Amino acid sequence: MTTAAARGLSPVRTVLDSGAVVIAQEASLTPAVTINATVMAGGAHEPDPLQGLAFLTGRVLDRGTEHRSAETIAEELDDRGVAFRVATARHPMSVTCTCLAEDFPDVLDIVLDIVRHPVFPEAEVAKRRAECLTSLRQDQENPAARAVEALFELLYGPSHAYGRRSKGTEYSLERITRDDLIAFHAARFRPALLSLVIVGDVSASSATDQSAVLLDGWKSAPVTDSEIAAPLPAGRREHTVAIPGKSQADIAYGFTTIRRLDPRYYAYFILNNILGQFGLGGRLAENIRERQGMAYYAYSAIDPSVGEGPLLIRAGVDPDNVARALAAIDHEVGTLGKEGPLPEELSQSKEYLIGSIPRMLETNAGIASFLQTVEQFGLGLDYDQQMPGHLEAVTLEEVRAAATELLQPERAAVAIAGP
Amino acid sequence: MPSVQAATALTTRSETLQNGLKVMIQEVHTAPLVSVWCWYRVGSRDEAPGRTGVSHWVEHMNFKGTRNIPRDQMKGLVERYGGMWNGYTWIDETTYLETAGRNALDQLLFLEAERMANGLYEAEDCESERTVIISELQGGENDPDQLLDQEVTATAFRAHPYRHPTIGWLPDLRSMTRDDLYGHYRRYYVPNNATLVIAGDVEADDVLRRVERILGSIPSGNVPARTPIVEPPQLGERRVVVERPGTTSYLKMAWHAPAATDPDFFPVLVLDAILTGAKGLNLWTSFRGTPPQRKSRLYTALVERSLASSVSGALVPTAEPFLYMLSMTAMQGIELPVLEAAIHEQIEKLRDHGVTEEETARGRRQLRARFVFENDSVTNIAHQLGYFETVTGPGFFTELQSHVARVTADQVSEVARRRLASTARTVGWFKPLGERE
Repeated sequence: MTTAAARGLSPVRTVLDSGAVVIAQEASLTPAVTINATVMAGGAHEPDPLQGLAFLTGRVLDRGTEHRSAETIAEELDDRGVAFRVATARHPMSVTCTCLAEDFPDVLDIVLDIVRHPVFPEAEVAKRRAECLTSLRQDQENPAARAVEALFELLYGPSHAYGRRSKGTEYSLERITRDDLIAFHAARFRPALLSLVIVGDVSASSATDQSAVLLDGWKSAPVTDSEIAAPLPAGRREHTVAIPGKSQADIAYGFTTIRRLDPRYYAYFILNNILGQFGLGGRLAENIRERQGMAYYAYSAIDPSVGEGPLLIRAGVDPDNVARALAAIDHEVGTLGKEGPLPEELSQSKEYLIGSIPRMLETNAGIASFLQTVEQFGLGLDYDQQMPGHLEAVTLEEVRAAATELLQPERAAVAIAGP
Repeated sequence: MPSVQAATALTTRSETLQNGLKVMIQEVHTAPLVSVWCWYRVGSRDEAPGRTGVSHWVEHMNFKGTRNIPRDQMKGLVERYGGMWNGYTWIDETTYLETAGRNALDQLLFLEAERMANGLYEAEDCESERTVIISELQGGENDPDQLLDQEVTATAFRAHPYRHPTIGWLPDLRSMTRDDLYGHYRRYYVPNNATLVIAGDVEADDVLRRVERILGSIPSGNVPARTPIVEPPQLGERRVVVERPGTTSYLKMAWHAPAATDPDFFPVLVLDAILTGAKGLNLWTSFRGTPPQRKSRLYTALVERSLASSVSGALVPTAEPFLYMLSMTAMQGIELPVLEAAIHEQIEKLRDHGVTEEETARGRRQLRARFVFENDSVTNIAHQLGYFETVTGPGFFTELQSHVARVTADQVSEVARRRLASTARTVGWFKPLGERE
């Protein structure tokens, strides 16, 4: 039996004259299409004093264009049951939606209108700003959000692109004007910074042709992004945030790592799997959850990016157990750092990571997100076929070296939020 | 191009083994994967006072090792095939799943066979899981929205066991014993109380032979009959106010909902789409992002008018009548009575004037699309087959589209009038203490 994913993806990539990239992948499990329009317009690209500008831009982007009022957009999307969202990350901002295949031409038209021609009506800016402020206040009493926010500030410093608060602060949000949104859109929403991925029950040629028509006439000068500053080496630092009335404390513990295109990437990726992913949550969950019964979740996540992204370890524990949980994290980090993984851990993690590729590429949304990462970092259109080889090639010595470099408790940043 | 109808009306092979195990097989050949779900007809509604949370705790214990799979070998069993595994417990059901490369099938079936018959329940594992579950409960309490949900549910029911949270009440979690857990496990984990679903890149006859070989000899047992419990009619409004340190106010409003098989269910489902946007009916995917809701009545009345920063509605298919719950987050500076008055106004308008044909058609269209989106993987397809088999019985899942297509505006208006009475509602407030106003 030959199945689509066993043969691998076959995306069709087209670079339009404007520099915009269109990638189309046919998939026909359901009569649906996922559209993912990503622009390099995330928080790392906003001017420092205007923290939260990218986030707010994402909230207002779809609230009216030169051709459609906010109400018309709402009606056109709601009438078709379209699941639509704008997600703002450190580097990319993504407009994503899934629609029925029969609605694809209309929905693509709406999505690209939103990307190209938003008008940011004053009343919408005011409403969405108020929502963002409410969301900030909600985060203020959320131990998980507070711990992670504090950790990033410890790791990178408050003015670094990765240390800033992505939703901004009450002070910064209140100062952002409609003109700031318009200027940010003009600066960052350029065809050369756009990659449009279309996955689903539509032919690649038809998807590409329709996109080319809708993007026709969009021109702008290229932009050069400033470098993401490398984080400075630092020793152990800890910070505690008191949030009264909470039942559980959240721990965020981490390091800065490497860039996505660093040759050590796959060794770091596998190391993270062994530390805090494999099974229930790697060595961390085995200790903190399984052996000590201290936490419902204990895991790690790694995010090498344009700059040196973080390795983040998280656990939620009873406030009385914070010291014991921290000791367990220090122990696991320190032991893996000193001794490296066991050979069988390496082979198990490789087997798992390679075997999980078809699962990652099963849904339209999964494929779209994968292809956006491929495009962002220039990994190659056959990356789904190359990835197993990259993982397989990693040696025990390389993972040991990564562990020695990275996993040093005396250099960890630690943030705790709770009662 | 697969049609919308074909995408949601699957042709599934269903068989019952001699030991009573129901087996459902769906061939899907788009990816080299297989998803196995084993469903048990037991949930928190089957728990006696003093033993709340036992079903969920048993679910946790069923990842701890069995007679033929020692605990240290559990880890890696599914991962070896690139697979993921998980499980969940809710009011009517408990389920376990693995999705992995198709060559894992025998291993996954063996794991489910062991889970059904040979769980160890070592005393020390029970103890260490007690604190894990208490940590899970405390993590949930950190979220004011979840805390309020629990309080509103407990207030809305007087008699029905749907009133207690699936995770259980804390004192019960502290006092339950290993014997309570093991007794519950042995009572309900028998083949004649289970449905095994296999979806993926497999061949139905072959799967059936494997299932027979691996699970066919597990003996059936006497499953306690579910005593039907009818919640008495609610005679007047109920209220609960939770006051805790916090920054934000939350409001919930709940009414008793129809069971999934009640003729009212689909009109209320369309009503929910009209009020807050259609979510679809897949519990496993429904947490993915916000639904299409900007034209919905409550979004336009509350969020667009800056009274709330978010609004959502929840109607879940259940075996017996559960709740239809509306949830709102108050915008900073908006007092709860102001927000509550605005919802009452909307609900009364709805009950007085009904809904329009246009709104009903939009609700139906949204649900038609959602039913396609929520079946976009073998994991999701297998979930839906098993969920509805366990909660509503056979023949329901394949009819979702046609049920929704038949809902009329008059039906929606009528259920709104009859079901959303002020005397039948339960209102919950989360009032933050120490709010800076």
